[in-house]
Amino acid sequence: MRVTQGTFSYLPDLDDDQVRAQVRYCLDKGWPVAIEYTDDPHPRNVYWEMWGLPLFDLKDPAGVMQEIAACREAFPDHYIRVNGYDRRLGRQTVGLSFIVNRPKHEPGFRLERSEGPDRRIRYTIRSYAAQRPSGERYSS
Amino acid sequence: MSEPETGPAAGEDGLVDLDAAYREAQVEPLFDDLERELIGLTPVKRRIREIAALLLVARLRQQLGLCAERPSLHMSFTGPPGTGKTTVALRMAMILHKMGFVRRGHLVVASRDDLVGQYVGHTAPKTREVLKKAMGGVLFIDEAYYLYRPENERDYGQEAIEMLLQAMENQREDLVVILAGYKERMEVFFQSNPGFHSRIAHHIDFPDYSLEELMAIAELMLRRQMYRFDDESRRAFGDYLERRIRQPHFANARSVRNALDRIRLRQAQRLVEQGGQIPPAELSRIDAKDVLRSRVFSEAPEHEPSYAGPASLRKES
Repeated sequence: MRVTQGTFSYLPDLDDDQVRAQVRYCLDKGWPVAIEYTDDPHPRNVYWEMWGLPLFDLKDPAGVMQEIAACREAFPDHYIRVNGYDRRLGRQTVGLSFIVNRPKHEPGFRLERSEGPDRRIRYTIRSYAAQRPSGERYSS
Repeated sequence: MSEPETGPAAGEDGLVDLDAAYREAQVEPLFDDLERELIGLTPVKRRIREIAALLLVARLRQQLGLCAERPSLHMSFTGPPGTGKTTVALRMAMILHKMGFVRRGHLVVASRDDLVGQYVGHTAPKTREVLKKAMGGVLFIDEAYYLYRPENERDYGQEAIEMLLQAMENQREDLVVILAGYKERMEVFFQSNPGFHSRIAHHIDFPDYSLEELMAIAELMLRRQMYRFDDESRRAFGDYLERRIRQPHFANARSVRNALDRIRLRQAQRLVEQGGQIPPAELSRIDAKDVLRSRVFSEAPEHEPSYAGPASLRKES
């Protein structure tokens, strides 16, 4: 099951030129770009690992593309996303976030129902991949 | 480019319109600015025009599919302090941007401190960060010879040099590097780092300014700040420059700027002490007295200042 998180996630994966264009959009707006990765793509897991510090003071996407390439090389089977942070007062949040790398095989999530008092049903989703320890997930 | 494009480069008659390409690049206004705002420096301006012509032809060739190889654009600016190396680098970045050889056209100024770390493993990330910031623009390395310290073979500068060389070679699309510094020391630096010398296509030498040029620079600076000399103070300032040039640590246009700053200070002081009511024009007029109160006039020209501390601490007046 394809994980859909962030902007453009219902589109086919972006190629490098498209990623570069999106990064350029962030930089033109003055948003520093950060690269993050994880192998636990649970929708409630919002804090992914940071790939180095956010890339401040860049003018051109070439530097970001270089870091994305390095991150992909280190974690070919992780989810990698690119965040553009809008620091303006009143916004102060991520302005654009999209996935640039995903594992080849995404087993998806299992929906668990558990019955509570008064026959109330509680739902939990559990990633099939995340049952293995971190680092071994998604690697076939 | 795999096949020749008949874009704007070649017309219907198959001829290449150089004038149109030149107009399209919109570099003429930049050259006009260069002529107007940079006084003297004739050889430098000529070299810049030559480089611009080379870039224009290279771009036309590219559009016609003649040769897709990008000309090497790394440069070295050598010359005494205060001769406008940074200013020209800024203009160069704009010209390269207009010509489409760098994507952004910004200038990142770096010196040894920005590139070289203090302990093992500190240099590479520092240099890489500066390189990333400069991507799409021009990296200007001031006093580049400080990167290389021959007396200390374990100096981390060598690591920065290697990374720079690698970036200059492999990321020619993303980055243009300009090295700057005094001529003699740059030559020594190039001799000990032949890799740099062979990767730099354009060596531009900045000459010292003549007295007339310095005078014209002073007038231009004052005009921009809405001050003016009267006849007497102009003569006094010419006299001042003549003495100042012979003193140590003369840094061409930078010394002129510092002298003008101090003259403005004295002018303000004189006006405040004088008090009373004055016509508004007095606020922008510089009196000969403001110039003549400089220390340069009180000292005999061949007399060295008795305090000989680090040059950076020494006042220049």
